[in-house]
Order: sequence, then structure tokens, then C-alpha cells
Amino acid sequence: MSATTADHARTKAKTRKNSLHKQRLWALWGSYAALSVFVVIFLVPPFYTLMTSLKSSAEISAQTGSPWMVNHPSLDNFWYLITYPNFQTYYINSVLVTIVTVAVSMVISVLAAFSLARMGFWGSQTLSTGVFLTYLVPPSLLFIPLFQIVGMLGLINNLWCLILLYPTLAVPFCTWIMIGYFSSIPKELDEAALIDGASYMQILTKIFIPVAMPGIIAATIFAFTVSWGAFLYPLAYLYTSNQMVLTVGIISDLIRGDVFQWGKIMAACLLASLPPIVIYAFLMDYYVAGLTAGATKG
Amino acid sequence: MADSSSMTATMASGSAQRAGSMKRFAQRKSTMGFLLCLPLILLIACFVVYPAFYAIYLSMLNKKMTAFVGLGNFAFLLKRHTFQLVIFQSCLFAVTSVVLKALLGFILAHLMHNIPDGTNQKIWRGLLLVPWVIPLALSTLTWWWMFDPSYSAFNWVLNQFGFDNVPWLGVGWIARVCTIAVNVWYGTPFFMIMYLAALKSVPEQLYEAAAIDGASTVQKLFFVTLPMMRNIISITVLFSLIVTFADFDIVRILTAGGPQDLTHVFATYAFQVGIQSGDIPLGAADSLFMFPILACAAFFVLRGVTQRTKEIAT
Repeated sequence: MSATTADHARTKAKTRKNSLHKQRLWALWGSYAALSVFVVIFLVPPFYTLMTSLKSSAEISAQTGSPWMVNHPSLDNFWYLITYPNFQTYYINSVLVTIVTVAVSMVISVLAAFSLARMGFWGSQTLSTGVFLTYLVPPSLLFIPLFQIVGMLGLINNLWCLILLYPTLAVPFCTWIMIGYFSSIPKELDEAALIDGASYMQILTKIFIPVAMPGIIAATIFAFTVSWGAFLYPLAYLYTSNQMVLTVGIISDLIRGDVFQWGKIMAACLLASLPPIVIYAFLMDYYVAGLTAGATKG
Repeated sequence: MADSSSMTATMASGSAQRAGSMKRFAQRKSTMGFLLCLPLILLIACFVVYPAFYAIYLSMLNKKMTAFVGLGNFAFLLKRHTFQLVIFQSCLFAVTSVVLKALLGFILAHLMHNIPDGTNQKIWRGLLLVPWVIPLALSTLTWWWMFDPSYSAFNWVLNQFGFDNVPWLGVGWIARVCTIAVNVWYGTPFFMIMYLAALKSVPEQLYEAAAIDGASTVQKLFFVTLPMMRNIISITVLFSLIVTFADFDIVRILTAGGPQDLTHVFATYAFQVGIQSGDIPLGAADSLFMFPILACAAFFVLRGVTQRTKEIAT
């Protein structure tokens, strides 16, 4: 009697466990299905970019068959761009501006973050708040007075105005995340170094920078993203092709009046998106960690 | 006796000396701190604070920048029908996009949270982050090409299902919806990673406790997940509101403000008026209209961030 009830209870528990397991499995497969739908939708534009970049102008204008497929794939567009002097100039300009911007921004923000995280001075608290507020100032708020200022400096249509202005977009956020990372380093570490007679610069280069390397990588990627993808400043301040960077160069050079060379434009977009995609593919984890830490840690 | 008094004297002088060196030390530390911050201060002062005040000054000049007109530019803009449309469209664009991005991001974060952690999740996350990784100006070009009136890839799909062509960027409301759609496509991944991080930080015990108390899935969502994520949700939404409100790239490339100025937002209108038509004071006045809204949002973001910091500290 008692044995049968125990048996009964056991089978009941087993079916319940099974149904729970099944439910979980359904939720899992449901999530996968829903995520696949989102991935497909999200990847439509990049896919279409790739398809168009492989088509010749003739195939694009022929309008036969599906625009989503390539009939005669060729790399002509890419070859054209790689050998096209203007495009080479844009690429070199973009790389130059980005490297200088990233270097300048990182030096400024690491120094400032070290000071704001460790050496309180009069008004340092206000300054940290100010840095965060500056991060919230969008480029489109100040580009008109900056146009006048750049004009006064004689830097209109000069690559160097971007190198001067991009750090204002990158530095506040970089400083902000670096303050977060530096503050999380235990105070005992730099106190011990001070007792051993290390100078502040030694503490920064020998302790803080190596320990906060993930934060530095995240901040560097942010500075890179900002200066590689910025569109408003170069559009407003540059107008000849020898000074242009990729984002505006592609638009102004490959669209002439009503003639859209879509195959070449799309190939150029792919080539220009390549550096960010490669960097993110390898360092995404650091960047995501930095971003979420910036929002959660404050 | 004399010995001991001299000893105390030396001790006192020693401690005074030490206090003095401590003071000097502190002074040196704060001077050093200030010097390290100097590049940052100069940068912000020259290219953020000064331009901000300069913008206010510029906005009060006449077109040739020869005479002072007070608030004339602001009054002129407010009376202009195009500018009223700009205000409406900016608010519509920002609010609709941010709400959609937040909702989709929330759903995506939950879906991601459901699948097992590890490499698997990383691959899915990487795929979903693609829209956000490509520079916006470049991906918008692709969208423009897909919306193209004569060879539109979307129209081809519609035709396959027997629908008529849609003039994507040619008609006011459709063009408005298109700009919003591109912004949602671009911004949703950002919300997803923020919310995913927040979801992961909710302790599992809370869900277990809720389950023991007999809470349903919906109740868990409303009484555990949402309260725990409240702060991140508000910070992300407000931050995105600022960025979306000040967006320039999408509208500029997709429609350049057209058709009939129906899709202009503050930034693109300021560019058209200030840089292209050369009326710098009017353009400066136009951008300054963004300021009150941005300042409000910034105030709440800052409050949220400091609250969050306190929560973590305690």
C-alpha cells in the first residue's frame, strides 16, 4: 500500500520534472527562434551592402531579377576604389586623424582620471561632474560657434581642425570610465608604492595603467569609434577632397549630381567599416564591459 | 629637568616640522593633481564652455553679424512654420525612437538572458551588435539605397507579394517613419547590452524567493526585474534621448530634411540655415533651442548616476 503511494508520488514528481524540463527547452528554442528573426532583420542592410558592392553598374541599372542576389559577382568596385587616388587620400586622412585623436585623447584622459580618482584638489569633485556633463553635450549643439572659432583659427578646410575638435567628443567619456577603473584599484597599492619612494608618475605608469588595462582598452575603442565615424564636423568644416575623411569623402565624391554609383558607394562603405568591425570582433568584451561599468558604477 | 624640557622642545619642533612637511606634501599632491587635469580643463574650456557662451552671443546678432538684435532670432524662428515643424518632428523622432529602442532592447536582453552563457551567447551578441558597430553615416547610406525610389530593394519585395510601390522617402509621414526605423535599427543593440548587463546583475536568489512565494512570470518581471533595473533603464533612456534628440547623420543623409522640410530635426535645420545658407546667428539660435531639453535630461541622468553610485557604495 505504502509502497504504491510512494511509487505513485515518484512517477508524479518525475512527470512534473519532465514537464518543467520540457518547458525550459521550449523557452530555450523559442528564444533562439526569436533571436534568429532579430539577427536576420538586423543584418539585412549589411547583407545588401555586400551584395551591391559585388555588382557592376550595368547589373545594377539593368533591374532584372532580384536586387538581393548577385548574378555576376566581381571585385571590380573594390579594385577601382583601392586604386582610386581620392579614396586612398580619404583612407589615409581617416587613419591619421583617428590615430592622433586617440593618442591625444588617451593621454589627456588618463592623466586627468588619475588625478581625479586619487589626488583631490580644490574643485576636483566639481570637475568630475563637469566632465560627465560635457560627455552629454552632443556635437550638433555647438558646431555653429565652433565653425566661427575654427574660422578664426584659420583651420577651415584643414584636417587639423578635426584633430583639435574630436578630443572634445572622446575625452569626457574616456575620463569618466578611467575614473571608474582607477577608483576600483585598492588604495593600499599606491600607498605601498609611495612608502617605497615611488613618484606619482611611477605609480601611474607602473601600477595604475597595467592594472586598469581593460579600462584603457575600452576607452581607446571609444575614442576610435568616435573619431572614425564622426560625420557632422567633417561635413561642416571640410570641402576639398584632399582634406576629407572617409565618412564625408564617400558621399561627396561618389555621388556626382544625380549619378549614384551605388556599387562603388557600397564597396566604399564596406572598406570603411572594416577597421571598426575588425576591432570590435576582437575586443568587443572589453568595450561592453567598459560601457556597462560606466553606466553602472558611475 | 633642563634636559627633559629641551627634549620636549626638540620633540615639539620635530612634530611641527613633520606637520609642515605633511602640509607641503598635501600641497604638492594637490598642485600635481591640478597640473595633471590642466589639459582636460583647457580642452573643455576652449572647445566646450567658450563655444557655448559664444553661441549665445552669436544667436543675438543679425544675419551679417553687424548689429545686436537681442532675442529677435528666437522670435523669428518660433513664428516660422518650418521651425514649428522642426520642433514637432524632433520631439516625435526622439520620443518614438527611444521608446521603440527601449522596448526592443528589453525584449532582446531577455531573449539573450534565456540562452546559456558563454561562447554561444557571445556569438549571438556579436551578430546583434553589428548595426551599432558600423559607422552610422555609412550604414545610413545603405538604408538610403534600399529606400531608393527607382531601384528600391524593399519595393521589389513588396512587388513579389503583389503590393504597389511605396515612395519611401518621398512622402512626409512615410519619410518620418523611415528615419525613425533607421534610428531604431541602429540604437537597439546599445539598449540590449545595457539591459543585459543589468539583468545579469539581478541576484538569482530574488527570483528563487519569488518563485517560492508563488509569483508568476509576469509578477517576477514587474516586482523583481523592473525594480532592480529601474536605475539603469532610466539612465539609458535619458542618455539615448539626448543622443537621439541631437541626431544629425540619419536625417541629413536619408532625406536632407525633405520632403517639404517635413523631416528636419534641430541639428539638420541648423546645418541648413547656419552653414549652407550662411545665416550663422539664426543657425546658432536654432541649435540653442535644443539646450533646455538636453539640460533637463542631463540633470536627471546625473541624479540617476549619483544615486546609483551611492547604492553601490552602501
